[in-house]
Amino acid sequence: MSGVRAAALTALVVAAIVLQVSVFPWLAIDGVTPNLALLVVVAAALVRGPEFAAVLGFLSGLAVDLAPPADHVAGRWALALVVVGYLVGRVRHDAGTSAGAALVAVAASSFVGTSIFVLSGMLLHDPDVPAAQALRVIPIGVGYDVLLTPFVLPVVMRLLSRLQPRRVAY
Amino acid sequence: MTPPSPHERPSRTLLVLLLLAACTLITLDARGGTSSPVDPARSVVGTVLGPVETVTSAAVRPFRSVGSFFSTTDRLRADVARLTAENSRLKGRLATSAMARNRAAELDGLLASSRQTGYALVPARVIAFGPAQSFSRTVTIDAGTSSGVYPDMTVLNNDGLVGRVLRAEASTATVLLIVDQESVVGGRLGADMEVGYLRGRGDLGGHARLDLNLVDGSATPAKGEVVATWGSKDDAPYVPGVPIGRVTAVYSSPRQLSERAVIEPFVDFSSLDLVGVVVDKHTRGDRPLIRAGTLTGSHDGAGR
Repeated sequence: MSGVRAAALTALVVAAIVLQVSVFPWLAIDGVTPNLALLVVVAAALVRGPEFAAVLGFLSGLAVDLAPPADHVAGRWALALVVVGYLVGRVRHDAGTSAGAALVAVAASSFVGTSIFVLSGMLLHDPDVPAAQALRVIPIGVGYDVLLTPFVLPVVMRLLSRLQPRRVAY
Repeated sequence: MTPPSPHERPSRTLLVLLLLAACTLITLDARGGTSSPVDPARSVVGTVLGPVETVTSAAVRPFRSVGSFFSTTDRLRADVARLTAENSRLKGRLATSAMARNRAAELDGLLASSRQTGYALVPARVIAFGPAQSFSRTVTIDAGTSSGVYPDMTVLNNDGLVGRVLRAEASTATVLLIVDQESVVGGRLGADMEVGYLRGRGDLGGHARLDLNLVDGSATPAKGEVVATWGSKDDAPYVPGVPIGRVTAVYSSPRQLSERAVIEPFVDFSSLDLVGVVVDKHTRGDRPLIRAGTLTGSHDGAGR
């Protein structure tokens, strides 16, 4: 059963990444595509809590870093998504209560995630991101992620709670 | 797994471990330079995900033209009540033939650029784009080492220079576009053969621009002049004579020794689809080469 669960999670992450690079560029706003991997990590944090989301964030971030056509230093999205998963997991008892709270959580995590990615790029000069470009791209990214949240987050959350191992009632 | 309670204390150790793992990975990859220890992993993921991206991209390709199709038939849609089943069947046929025509025109263009430049090209389609949030302008194409595509080969389309191959997997390859900020191309001005270096700005779309720094400070590029590639040693990564773009503005500052010109590329990078990779004329691969105006198959049934 845990093998099936792992396979389903892998399929979910792979689907998010492939959609992100192969389908959404045709619906991009000024080159910015929605960060579906980040939405999956946020959903995992809301359903399963910080530990699970941090691990899933690390693995899916790693996949984003390595999947073609990515060309940046590997580990940068992994770092960003670990932090996002952990932070959203910590506040999930507030963020998971209403749709508005979930939207705020997505907006905040999109901002934090992309900012960590940009800052790590600035530190490593890989590539040397001009601040003006970052300031233009980050708000569009946050907006697009929030726009997609009502369509993606409920579906992924339902999927993840289906995949949750059965617990004894307490 | 412990049941969560409202007062749970998530494990700090796990967070610290994951953060350390990410930082270690970044350090390994950043310090590794050209022979990074992460490259094998990258190659494995590319080999696995490349075909998935190819299939997904092929699945959504027919829907890309749906928007423009409906916008051009607005007038027809007003008369939709009069349309019979026969009409709609014809309309469907028209839509697919228009797409086939479009594709044929693209291939024709690639044939023409092969004839003009005299290079042998491997035709390929763009199957994935790097998002703007990654700040590096890279795309994946659906041709790899099995078609004779290797790193440091020139990529062009029927408008001009697109970029160069960074990495090649069995069936896919990653291409660095010339508008990327890390991309530097040697360019030559058409009129007076002055040479310079073109750097990308990282923008795609209509406002994509390149900066040209001329080696000779006394030379002044004229507005509207065409810039073509200068060419590198052994034709890698850039072959000479491929058109890049047109000069749109010229600046000279007293602080800098050389003139700076702004180039508008011929290629529209936001809607890249069919591209050609410049390969050796005698390349044998699993797909037909476009060779100076002729399409030649290397296998039976592969070409026509």
